[in-house]
Amino acid sequence: MAFSAFATGTAQEQAPRRKSKIALLLLLPGILYLMLFFLVPLVSLVITSFQAPVPYGDIGEFQTAFKWQNYVDVVNTYGEHILRSFGYAILATIFALLFSYPLAYFIGVKARRWPLLQNLMLVLVIAPFFISFLLRTLAWKSILSDESFVISGLKALSLMAPDAHFTGTAAAVVFGLTYNFIPFMTLPLYSNLQQLDTRLLEAGSDLYSTPSKTFFKVTVPLSMTGIVSGVLLTFIPAAGDYINASRDFLGGTGTAMIGNVIESNFLVTLNYPVAAALSIILMAVILVMVTVYVKRSGTEDLL
Amino acid sequence: MASGAFAESGADLELVGIQKRFPGFTAIEHLDLTIPAGSFFALLGPSGCGKTTTLRLVAGLEDPTEGKILIGGKDVTNLKPYQRQVNTVFQSYALFPHMTVLENVAFGLRRRRIDDAVGKAHEALRLVELDHLSARKPQQLSGGQQQRVALARAIVNRPALLLLDEPLGALDLKLRRQMQLELKSIQEEVGLTFVHVTHDQEEAMTMADTVAVMNKGEIEQLGAPEELYELPRTAFVANFLGQSNLFTGHVSGSTSSSISVDVEGTKITVPTKRAQRHKGEVTVGVRPEKLHLHKDAPKKSPDINTLGPGRIIDVSFSGVSTQYMIAIPGIGTVSVFQQNMTFGPLAGEGAEVWVSWNVDHGFGLEDEPSPTPRFPADTDTATIAVQKKRALMSELEEA
Repeated sequence: MAFSAFATGTAQEQAPRRKSKIALLLLLPGILYLMLFFLVPLVSLVITSFQAPVPYGDIGEFQTAFKWQNYVDVVNTYGEHILRSFGYAILATIFALLFSYPLAYFIGVKARRWPLLQNLMLVLVIAPFFISFLLRTLAWKSILSDESFVISGLKALSLMAPDAHFTGTAAAVVFGLTYNFIPFMTLPLYSNLQQLDTRLLEAGSDLYSTPSKTFFKVTVPLSMTGIVSGVLLTFIPAAGDYINASRDFLGGTGTAMIGNVIESNFLVTLNYPVAAALSIILMAVILVMVTVYVKRSGTEDLL
Repeated sequence: MASGAFAESGADLELVGIQKRFPGFTAIEHLDLTIPAGSFFALLGPSGCGKTTTLRLVAGLEDPTEGKILIGGKDVTNLKPYQRQVNTVFQSYALFPHMTVLENVAFGLRRRRIDDAVGKAHEALRLVELDHLSARKPQQLSGGQQQRVALARAIVNRPALLLLDEPLGALDLKLRRQMQLELKSIQEEVGLTFVHVTHDQEEAMTMADTVAVMNKGEIEQLGAPEELYELPRTAFVANFLGQSNLFTGHVSGSTSSSISVDVEGTKITVPTKRAQRHKGEVTVGVRPEKLHLHKDAPKKSPDINTLGPGRIIDVSFSGVSTQYMIAIPGIGTVSVFQQNMTFGPLAGEGAEVWVSWNVDHGFGLEDEPSPTPRFPADTDTATIAVQKKRALMSELEEA
């Protein structure tokens, strides 16, 4: 046997590494944009978070300081909200994944033979985007309100206690978050599963693997990049969401999330340093969680 | 599900009355086939002849419309692919890109909970001389190496039956030849039953003990490679397996040992036992390398068939031999291969020549002579595409 004689080395072609003024010029708008709308606000947010109230000043009057106690106060006062936010976001992400994966699998793999059905179903997934996020959430509020057909029906069937509510509960907020982020979960999963090579599934089946084993050993690992991007696109905005949890929508007094607290501090009580500190904490926690998650799922290439 | 144990040895495969219809067309009309245990069997045919479908039926990746599949005497028709003691080397290799070479090879063993999966996987990789690359991902290997991993992944399971679906299709010629010999030696080493699907007649003939030539969902002829080549029974086999010169005519006379066919006034004699039909319109043929080229009219003899004179219309040199195309009035074009025993062609284009061959080398075909038996079957994809294009063009012109 002389297999080694056939070993061939492939020389990878290097991309040209020429410094080009045009490339820099083309990059300039993007860099300026990031400077102006990301870096400057971020720095100003950090500065605000350390501000102290002006002595004997008006409400909402603050001066530059280094009052790091802001952070301690915020964690002590709003720790519960922070935990609740991430709890809701994690639940919503899990539910969205469980709902979206079979949907995306059907559209991307099973429906390949019927392109028309595939396109129709994709339109159905995307169609809610044509209506405002707020309107859709409000619609759910009225669908799930105490007087609604759904809730009164459930009560009539004794599936709900006569004096129970659905809107205003944690379940309603998680439901709203899940509903609103399902397209963000489905689309990356679809675009990944659509490229799934079904011949690999046949190979799995040929190698004594039952359909469920093939799913967990072949399909899921191969769709990991889709899962990770779907989870990130759902989890990050869901953690900072303040619409679903708001009392005006699906939330109640006991469901306020960190987004609601930031909103009320910035716009109602005009307590800018507290709001800024909360924003920084939200950002930092998301960053840490996402990094750990991406590292653990073995898809570092995404970052 | 078969778990925890290897197949004792290769098993025989039996297909009984298999039919496979897809919406819109029938891939396999009616197939009866028995492949003895431990043999190297090749299914040879042009693309679209149903050979890959046959393989997929055996693997369980397709269900037959009708008929039974028996492996080692056991009916497996209703078993799922993962319940069959069968493994496939896929045309695309279908290696799992997210696993290392070693994990790929150990996959089947792990699913069956066989002890020491890693050790056995290393052993299989050593057999294909790739153990040193076991930690790599399949994408980091060359095409030939991937092919060998796919082979190791299949044979490590010691299946009763190993199916090979054109596994050498993507390799270049040199590597292909090398792999053909390797596959053959591995088969002898492990003693499994190999079923190899290919459209390459040379590959089928070098590797297999038994070759079945498939056409349009049916087996045209089955036998040892030499037998198929020397004594093709149909025009399809005669032309698909190598080249043939075919002549159609009426049987004009017969003796106890031979029949004579009258082809446009020329008498061609074929041994009776090498002819499938003995009266009426028949097609007889001879392989081009059995023909001799003469510059002068050869002497008539009852043991020799002679055609000519004709004119050489084309000479093509191919290394070991030279092919001459000779137009003979009334008979058509005859192809002759001559070994290049001397330098330069025996005769140039336009020269007047005769051809002759030993009567014993001729063969008579079984099929009804069709009006144009010398044209290749127009079932290959390119021809269909050309026909469709022409039909479309004429349709457009009419509109």
